[in-house]
Amino acid sequence: MRRVLLLVLGLVVLTPAFSWAAVQPDEMLRNPVLEARARGLSQQLRCMVCQNESIDDSDAPLAHDLRVLVRERLQAGDSDAQVLDFLVARYGEFVLLKPRLSWRTAILWGLPPGLLLIGTILLVVAAARRRGRMQEPAPGLTAEEQARLQKILAQSSGS
Amino acid sequence: MTAELGHYALMLALGLALIQGTMPIVGTRTNDAVLMSMAAPTALAQFAFVAMAFAALAICYVTSDFSVLNVFENSNSQMPFIYRLTSIWGNHEGSMMLWVLILTFFGALVAVFGNNGPIVLKANALAVQAWIAAAFHLFILMTSNPFVRIPQAPFEGRDLNPILQDPGLAFHPPLLYLGYVGFSIAFSFAIAALLEGRIDAAWARWVRPWVLGAWMCLTVGIAGGSYWAYYTLGWGGFWFWDPVENASLMPWLAGTALLHSAVVMEKRGALKIWTILLAILTFSLSLIGTFLVRSGVLTSVHTFATDPMRGVFILAILVVFIGGALALYGWRAPMLKQGGLFAPISREGALVFNNLFLTTACASVFIGTLYPLALEALSGEKISVGPPFFNATFGPLFIPLMVVMPFGPLMGWKRGDLLGAAQRLLAAAILAALAMTAAFALEQGGPALAPFGVGVAIFVMAGAITDIAERTLFLRVPLRAVWRRAIGLPRSAWGTAFAHFGLGMTLLGIVAATAWGSERIAEMKVGDNLDIAHYRVTFTGLFSRQGPNYHDVIGRFIVRRMNGDLIGVMEPSRRSFPTRNMTTTEAALMTRGVSQLYLSLGDPTQTGNVAMRLYFKPLVLLIWLGAAIMFTGGALSLSDRRLRVGAPQPAKAKAALRPAG
Repeated sequence: MRRVLLLVLGLVVLTPAFSWAAVQPDEMLRNPVLEARARGLSQQLRCMVCQNESIDDSDAPLAHDLRVLVRERLQAGDSDAQVLDFLVARYGEFVLLKPRLSWRTAILWGLPPGLLLIGTILLVVAAARRRGRMQEPAPGLTAEEQARLQKILAQSSGS
Repeated sequence: MTAELGHYALMLALGLALIQGTMPIVGTRTNDAVLMSMAAPTALAQFAFVAMAFAALAICYVTSDFSVLNVFENSNSQMPFIYRLTSIWGNHEGSMMLWVLILTFFGALVAVFGNNGPIVLKANALAVQAWIAAAFHLFILMTSNPFVRIPQAPFEGRDLNPILQDPGLAFHPPLLYLGYVGFSIAFSFAIAALLEGRIDAAWARWVRPWVLGAWMCLTVGIAGGSYWAYYTLGWGGFWFWDPVENASLMPWLAGTALLHSAVVMEKRGALKIWTILLAILTFSLSLIGTFLVRSGVLTSVHTFATDPMRGVFILAILVVFIGGALALYGWRAPMLKQGGLFAPISREGALVFNNLFLTTACASVFIGTLYPLALEALSGEKISVGPPFFNATFGPLFIPLMVVMPFGPLMGWKRGDLLGAAQRLLAAAILAALAMTAAFALEQGGPALAPFGVGVAIFVMAGAITDIAERTLFLRVPLRAVWRRAIGLPRSAWGTAFAHFGLGMTLLGIVAATAWGSERIAEMKVGDNLDIAHYRVTFTGLFSRQGPNYHDVIGRFIVRRMNGDLIGVMEPSRRSFPTRNMTTTEAALMTRGVSQLYLSLGDPTQTGNVAMRLYFKPLVLLIWLGAAIMFTGGALSLSDRRLRVGAPQPAKAKAALRPAG
């Protein structure tokens, strides 16, 4: 359902898949600390049959299975990183909504800081060049301009 | 007959667009004033014909003419009038019609109101506008014709997707399109200036009102869509970093940068080349957004490959317009003269900082949205880029921007006084520090960064007020004088303060609602209580109600304060639409100040219990109220005398008549 509405933001209507938000009362763990960790992990994992929905938001059966799986792993004593590793081993990198840094994602992760760096360097260079120009004395008038100025001044004082 | 008339009108509009796209340009080349003056009337006529085509489609929808395929697929005679009307743009073909309607509308506006600039610039700009229009008319006629008939007309239509049967559909798409199609004007003016090879500070003055208008519409368009998603989706999320949302956010970011760099260009004649580039990029991002949502490439790279007609067509439009514009820019830009010197610490410097961070933020949204598509298309590998990525890249770029924001308006042009600005912002900084401390002290759990976010938001808001207080000499002269100065301030100064204040509000709302919202998910039976924040919600039963084309199952919940005072009743429902056999969730919202209680219903179980989700969203309304304030800021700035009057005209004619001496 989220997908359908979102597509309307750009006005494409797809075949609707319906959800009433995801996590169901019967899935939740009794231990509030573990449950909070499970929710946090769920938000970082993609429901692979949905479009850009985390398993925390999706009501697809697969998302339900994954939520249960995450909770099982947590109850078995896995750390957050271990749970993520387990899921990546099973389903591939595609399951992570925040891709890990690797050669394949170097451009993805590198572009924002890279652009900021390049932009800053360009600006510093431009500022230095401008400072140079600002300190130069303004070019004086050419002989021709000087003559015109005299003429204008003479005219206006004469009027 | 109506549909055929509409189809014909659209073809005529294409013809007019071709005339409008060529004759004025020939005129500017041959210095023929008659050909140049053709631009305005053809722009008006083109708009008239597109409006006629749109009206024809509207009549088909309103009269439920199911012999038209598009109407049959997206409408139903049982729907209320308003939804029959809005379902025009609730589908691909109709929304493209809205796109060209708005595009030609802006062309017509330029034809009527764009008289304060040189005629050559206007003629060229309208011609460029016509090329864009021609491309999209052709796209509709060849791949997305909404006027196709069905040989044997069915009796009833398939109905509009129930999720779209919402007042949101009436406002959100038109506003969004007014925004990102509106940036086409800046694009056309930029290309026109490049064609002519002359750009001066006055260019920024002619273009700024158009950019501002488009930016205002886009701001409320995005905010409106966000609120719509918030109340419809059943769990109170307001932003998902979905590609479709990103498609509208990117032009907003670039447009905001453009708005600021155009100020520098207008006032100081600096950043000309950069401003022109931004004008091109902003509309290019609008086109890319259109491509993303229209081509089907988002659904899957493979869908795109199996039914490529539409996608390839828009891709061709993209390549021609963006590629062409950038090539023209690359050729002409070096010939333009740079002007306006300034020190790094100055108003210009602050605006350059703004531009650096906004464009980088925009680039990070861009790469995050397109990288997975590109990677899959090139190597077949699939990765996901979702909210955690955007939060990790966009956030760190936006926060410095907001911290620096209050300094900008307090700095002088050319050479600013950072220490002086900092001193004047001392009160704002103290306020922000207090808010941060208070948030930190009151926080029970919750992310550590949240109080910092609150501090930044308060700093931005207080900074905006400081700017106005400084300009009116508040506390330094008698109140009466302050009042006089406040009235005398240029509207654009008020506009800046409002827009900045609004952004601070939005940030505050986002931080509070995400960090300190609470959630209860439970299965309830009649008589059960659920406590959230300082409220107690009691389930009193289910009942049902019949609507015009749907059936509601409604849960009734009584909300009390913890001490037992009755506050009100919330009635969320499950709404089923028999025509499409679909069910939607209608959440119930209860507004408490600027916070909200949010309740949505799951399916009733066999035992008569209901699963329900209850949220308390502190300060959540600030997110959208902030956008409304930003819009107001834009409107104030738009009403500034300077923009309305336009560039001063040389009074040569009069002077010549006066006897000399």
